[in-house]
Amino acid sequence: MTSPDRAAAPLQRPDRTVRVSTLLLKLLGLGIAVALVLSVTPSLLAAGSYGLLAAMWVALAALVAVYSTRRLIPLKYLLPGTLFLLAFIVYPIVATFQLSFTNFGDGKRTSKEEAIAQIVGSSVQQLPDSPTYNLSVGTTGSVADGPFTFFLADEDGEGLFAGTAEGLEELDPADVEVSDGRITGVSGYTILTPREVNDAGAAIQELAVPTDDGAIRALGVNKAFEGSTTLKYDETADTITDTVTGTVYPIGTVGDSEYFVDPQTGRPAFSQSWLQYVGLENYERVFTNETIRSDFVRIFLWTLAVAVLSVLTTFALGLFLAIVLNDDRVRGRRLYRSLLLLPYAIPAFISLLVWASFYNRDFGLINEFLPGNPNWLGNLWLARAAVLITNLWLGFPYMMVICTGALQSIPADLKEAASIDGASGFTAFRRITLPLLLVAVGPLLVASFAFNFNNFNLIQLLTEGGPFPPDNPKAGYTDILISYTFRLAFGAGGAEFGFAAAISVVLFLLTAVIATIQFRYTRILETVS
Amino acid sequence: MRRTARTLALVAGIAALVSACGGGETTAEPGATPTETQAPEATETEGAPTRADADLVIWADQKRTDALQGIAEQFGEENGITVAVQTVATDLQFNFITANTAGNGPDVVIGAHDWIGNLVQNGAIDPLPLAEEDAARYSEIALKGVTYDGQVYGLPYAVESIALFRNTDLVPEAPTSIEALVEAGTASGAENPLCLQVGENGDAYHMQPLYTSAGGYLFGTTPEGDYDPADVGVGKEGSLTAAQKIAELSQQGVLKTSITADNSISLFTEGRCAFLVSGPWATADVEKAGFGYEISPIPGFQGMQPAQPFTGVQAFYIASKGKNKAFAQQFVLEAANSPETMQALFDAEPRPPAMTEVLESVTADNPDVAAFAEAAAGGQILPAIPQMGEIWEPLGKAEAAIVGGADPSSTMQTAGQTISEALQ
Repeated sequence: MTSPDRAAAPLQRPDRTVRVSTLLLKLLGLGIAVALVLSVTPSLLAAGSYGLLAAMWVALAALVAVYSTRRLIPLKYLLPGTLFLLAFIVYPIVATFQLSFTNFGDGKRTSKEEAIAQIVGSSVQQLPDSPTYNLSVGTTGSVADGPFTFFLADEDGEGLFAGTAEGLEELDPADVEVSDGRITGVSGYTILTPREVNDAGAAIQELAVPTDDGAIRALGVNKAFEGSTTLKYDETADTITDTVTGTVYPIGTVGDSEYFVDPQTGRPAFSQSWLQYVGLENYERVFTNETIRSDFVRIFLWTLAVAVLSVLTTFALGLFLAIVLNDDRVRGRRLYRSLLLLPYAIPAFISLLVWASFYNRDFGLINEFLPGNPNWLGNLWLARAAVLITNLWLGFPYMMVICTGALQSIPADLKEAASIDGASGFTAFRRITLPLLLVAVGPLLVASFAFNFNNFNLIQLLTEGGPFPPDNPKAGYTDILISYTFRLAFGAGGAEFGFAAAISVVLFLLTAVIATIQFRYTRILETVS
Repeated sequence: MRRTARTLALVAGIAALVSACGGGETTAEPGATPTETQAPEATETEGAPTRADADLVIWADQKRTDALQGIAEQFGEENGITVAVQTVATDLQFNFITANTAGNGPDVVIGAHDWIGNLVQNGAIDPLPLAEEDAARYSEIALKGVTYDGQVYGLPYAVESIALFRNTDLVPEAPTSIEALVEAGTASGAENPLCLQVGENGDAYHMQPLYTSAGGYLFGTTPEGDYDPADVGVGKEGSLTAAQKIAELSQQGVLKTSITADNSISLFTEGRCAFLVSGPWATADVEKAGFGYEISPIPGFQGMQPAQPFTGVQAFYIASKGKNKAFAQQFVLEAANSPETMQALFDAEPRPPAMTEVLESVTADNPDVAAFAEAAAGGQILPAIPQMGEIWEPLGKAEAAIVGGADPSSTMQTAGQTISEALQ
């Protein structure tokens, strides 16, 4: 790059030939980016996601600015990676943080307006003994926007009516064309086809023709029914009133969310609540929840044990096999290696389900060969052993692979030198091979630790956290933090995303701290080399 | 849109955390990736599909979509519109709520009635104005299932509950009580008298007949006949008797935690159980087993109350944010609400129809369906209130612990406490 030739030679000539194709590529790339951003802009505008929209345009501007000049060379390399990092790592973490300050979850997904509309809309009842009408929708305006008039015919074809939001009026049979019990033509009106009725959507769905007892509403594309709404929302007082009983439901706070509550009991009168910011309440729940507090230490210790023991056992077995199969004297090493890789080739969730059936006390494969009928999944220590044994089976091939690679990269002359200096095989391994190996695989061991720390599949598919103490159905003996908190957030009372987000933030911080400590230790290892 | 973004962000965030920390011992996360279909009539096999581009979009699980395909096509032809039936193979309820909230869900969805509570609290479905004469065509228990807070939310098409399968080669006569069942099952020489799935973590659904026969209840009822979340029966007297009875059956070796959802049906079809407690979904396997069998309602304990299983109802619902509500209403109230459709759904998957006239015509020559219909009619409607979510785990685990040898009374009382605390 910095050769004197290049500086001396005229820059233009070699550059220009390159530039045509790069320019095209560049234009194509930027064009795609612009097109992408343009294409999502309307839907983002409609959804009101201005923040995301602004971020996309800023990113686009940055892309265009960086690639349209010949300067800013370092940025040309850094920018795409940075954008992807922001989009796929930083944004999800930020969004999780944001979510953890809300009550988002089942029953709390929509806006307050939508919740009120649902509550009121759900109180529509068909009036007893009221007729169902054959409906034709007519308009004097456009078929898409109305204004719409309902032309109604009794099922028996006796009464003919026209209905608008103002009210219902009877029609003279002479003025309308009727066929098959429905009105098919009225002078001055365009009658909508079924598809037009459907496409007009809310304008027709929400049209209610007031009657003495309630209102007539459309049902499907060609029927109408008379029903009444018993609930009314009072905007100024922010209350819902039951017009039949006269009960007024004010807003009250239950748990961390607002509901319309029963004035007597203070309990939610309707199950619909709405999305709200709840501040630190989710975190408060994580740290003050009685069951979380009482079970936390036990579960945390077992989580650490799973992570540490899984890494140690899989690493020990993997390393042992790697060393054995690295010896030239072993025949058929490739075959052994391929066979030993099999557990790694089967998707873990399938292996886990199969292993779960192996451990069955009365019908499982393992107890066919064992005396005493051990209760693998019902006894707490056996269940914990089962978790570790299964994870050893799942994890050792990975360790074998990385150790094999690392072993082969250790120069043979080092070992030779050791043996010339009089070191026994074991000493040479302990003093030379192992430290060098750890330099290479150390970071992977840390990663493996962090992975097992949050190995949700392992627990969920093998034991589901069980066995459970008879007096505590919330925290099982093999539960790790992630399986335990998953059950808290999604197990019983529906999905609680806000709470789950708070938990994942806490777990994130916990894993981050542990990983930092570990990386500090691996850095000590690196000084060996 | 923003909310989906948040949900996706959460999922992505968790995935990012996992992958950022992951050492790579597992390579693939199962499921989760939404796949796409554009063509109408296309079916999906994985995850939540993208809403098809059609005038009416129906989401259901695999079993129903096959049955619905023909009906949907016919409806489309009659009305000159395109209809797409899409399969959502996993977690239909959750995927539907998410897609509907984001405004890109289906117009009609098909699912079990006990979703209604959660669907309503999420504002995901609209009430269904079912005319009285239409309602009168459905069985009482089916209508009760789709009625929530005094409002009908779905059009029922099938009812289901568990019943007792009996290997007639081993036990010729149907038992009249659990005691007789145990005796006959033991005398039959089968390895296990009864296959009733418990598992290490319990199964409150399959245990429910025994629980109710001994006098246990889950929720009391309000004067209007709805389930009352303020009155929890777990931990009360009847449930303690049930706990006692379950412990006795476990001591006799009749109930075992090693009999699980994965092996109970196969143990029965291998002839290793004299009786099986299961639902219509087991019928196909049992038919193929090659021995004589008969299905009857589950008997109660001697001198106690009748055993009442949960009765579930499958139904059609109208999405609250569907783009084609008018067609959706038309489809559910006219096309689906007909004996021909109900018959077709039954032919595709034989579960007792909810429409009385169809039920009568199919039970005449199908004793299995007749038995399941009888069991369903005698059952208790599965509570649809969201609070039911707090019952399953504690009750199931308590029952599993009792089967595993824990003290019956204190275990059941603790479960009751856990549930009451959660519902406060």
